[in-house]
Amino acid sequence: MGRKLLLEHINVPGINTLEVYRQKGGYRAVEKALKTLTPDEVVEEVKKSGLRGRGGAGFPTGMKWSFLAKPEGVARYLVCNADESEPGTFKDRYLMTYIPHALIEGMIVSSFALGANTSYIYVRGEMMPQIRILEKAIAEAKAAGFLGKNILGSGYDLELYVQSGGGAYICGEETALLESLEGKRGNPRIKPPFPAIAGLYGCPTVVNNVESIAAVVPIINDGGDEYAKVGIGRSTGTKLISASGNLVKPGVYEIELGLPVEEFIYSDEYCGGIANGKRLKATVAGGSSVPILPANLTLKYANGEPRLMSYESLAEGGFATGTMMGSGGFIAFDEDQCIVRNTWNFSRFYHHESCGQCSPCREGTGWLEKVLHRLEFGHGKMSDIDLLVDVSKKIEGNTICPLGDAAAWPVASAIRHFRDEFEWHVKEPSKSQTSNYGLANYANPIEKKEEEVKQDNS
Amino acid sequence: MLKVEETQPVEFSSALIASFDEIVKRYPAGKQKSALLPILHLVQAEFGWTSAPAMDKVAAYLNIEPIEVYEVASFYTMYFLQPKGKYVLEVCRTGPCCLVGAEKIMDHIEQNLGVKEGEVTADGLFSWRGVECLAACGFGPVLQIGPEYTFYENLTPQSVDTLIDDLRKK
Repeated sequence: MGRKLLLEHINVPGINTLEVYRQKGGYRAVEKALKTLTPDEVVEEVKKSGLRGRGGAGFPTGMKWSFLAKPEGVARYLVCNADESEPGTFKDRYLMTYIPHALIEGMIVSSFALGANTSYIYVRGEMMPQIRILEKAIAEAKAAGFLGKNILGSGYDLELYVQSGGGAYICGEETALLESLEGKRGNPRIKPPFPAIAGLYGCPTVVNNVESIAAVVPIINDGGDEYAKVGIGRSTGTKLISASGNLVKPGVYEIELGLPVEEFIYSDEYCGGIANGKRLKATVAGGSSVPILPANLTLKYANGEPRLMSYESLAEGGFATGTMMGSGGFIAFDEDQCIVRNTWNFSRFYHHESCGQCSPCREGTGWLEKVLHRLEFGHGKMSDIDLLVDVSKKIEGNTICPLGDAAAWPVASAIRHFRDEFEWHVKEPSKSQTSNYGLANYANPIEKKEEEVKQDNS
Repeated sequence: MLKVEETQPVEFSSALIASFDEIVKRYPAGKQKSALLPILHLVQAEFGWTSAPAMDKVAAYLNIEPIEVYEVASFYTMYFLQPKGKYVLEVCRTGPCCLVGAEKIMDHIEQNLGVKEGEVTADGLFSWRGVECLAACGFGPVLQIGPEYTFYENLTPQSVDTLIDDLRKK
């Protein structure tokens, strides 16, 4: 069993209440930080922990905190990014649903570290049930004296509010989120200035993912050095992985970074292998925006060494043979899935979610969707494949925010690794409507597991 | 595209206004526009959709221009700018859910309700549409129904039929 730092008590009945959460050691980090540490010492612990942003970018959280400007007499804000919308990612919903006080506790400690007296949790609007759960948890924490004026007699004041979004993937980008929190359309801002200098209402602001903020709790309880002992290399600590697609046991798993990918997919402690006795064809390891990899490169590097679930190992080989950790949204595709169809589906998503501000993204995502649609539905030309690569290259790096890159990478990587499947759609337009290209050579090192084939009723 | 249908003027009850007041308190003085998205959710929950007269009243309440409300309501996907059925079934149509049968579920809903995506059933009870990732990929296929945004996970054609029957009987 791997160590659990966030979900250790997830199955304890009533852990969503303050009472049970306290019984399991909850709010110790608030007491420790507010009574025995200075804000700078909290920042120092987080720096020592090596914690990297869990929303997708993987930027060191402590370093992000240390960039926060602290001009006299100007309010500072901490905003939690709970706009979880990256396809394949559902860990934050899980954490907020089942153990909301972990986020509230993390928000209090983090707000204290940053000197914020008002903090917001921006939750995507579709998560109304989670918004209500968090509001209840905040009310409990306030009644117990962990929020409000002069918390635990420390002289520190904090008000914490939940803000609902309106349904827009782009608001997961931190400056779009801030625009949205100001009651505007979610158009990302031009940077610089970064939010650390001019964020919410023009004030210095830190935006952190739900999981990053929750991870501050064990970091303060046990110390940054202890946290840094978990994991591997610069990938310290544990990570919540959202596992979806054709797996025996999809769901949210907390892993120690450094777990072999093969163990994550096939061991019964985690995903339990591929559903219905089928074989793995491909994975998207970190949410829909990261490059898709065929099964053989998912499990092993190009040189045959095993790939691990860590920021560095998933990226090993660059975009030629590697991918990225991203948000930890791990999507598994079985042998019957069509890569062209999935790429079209993802492109439709990015086209739908582009805010329309930058021409390369606004127009390019539409072109990608259109060209992929005709390839998938039997009207494609061989030249379309290179056209897709060309369009994706012209979006990448040419937009204000990373949504453009996120739209380009899945297309470019699908063609890089599955070009023959795209060509097959052109050569066999009618056959590709009724059958699949199958596993082909994408998973040759993997033996089919001998299991009883379950009937799919859906 | 903002297409606003003709509607009667709307009145906001004092209870609704009081709930707006509660939200505005969360922000610093002069930043009441921050309340716009949460307030639009309350308006939609009350009236079933976000009509132009309702948006105008929200603008007046927040002391902002009506266009500032329209541009927001038309940007975000959750605000309905036309009347919908009482129950709007929103099915996730993004990759991971499609790997486990979301497209079949949408076909099945269309068949069961007898209306195309975005249309309203003759009895005014139901609409349905595909929406992008709902962050529940491990439990797909999934759908949600506002205004509470209750989640229905691991859908099968049978469970969808049962759900629709239960809603009809409500």
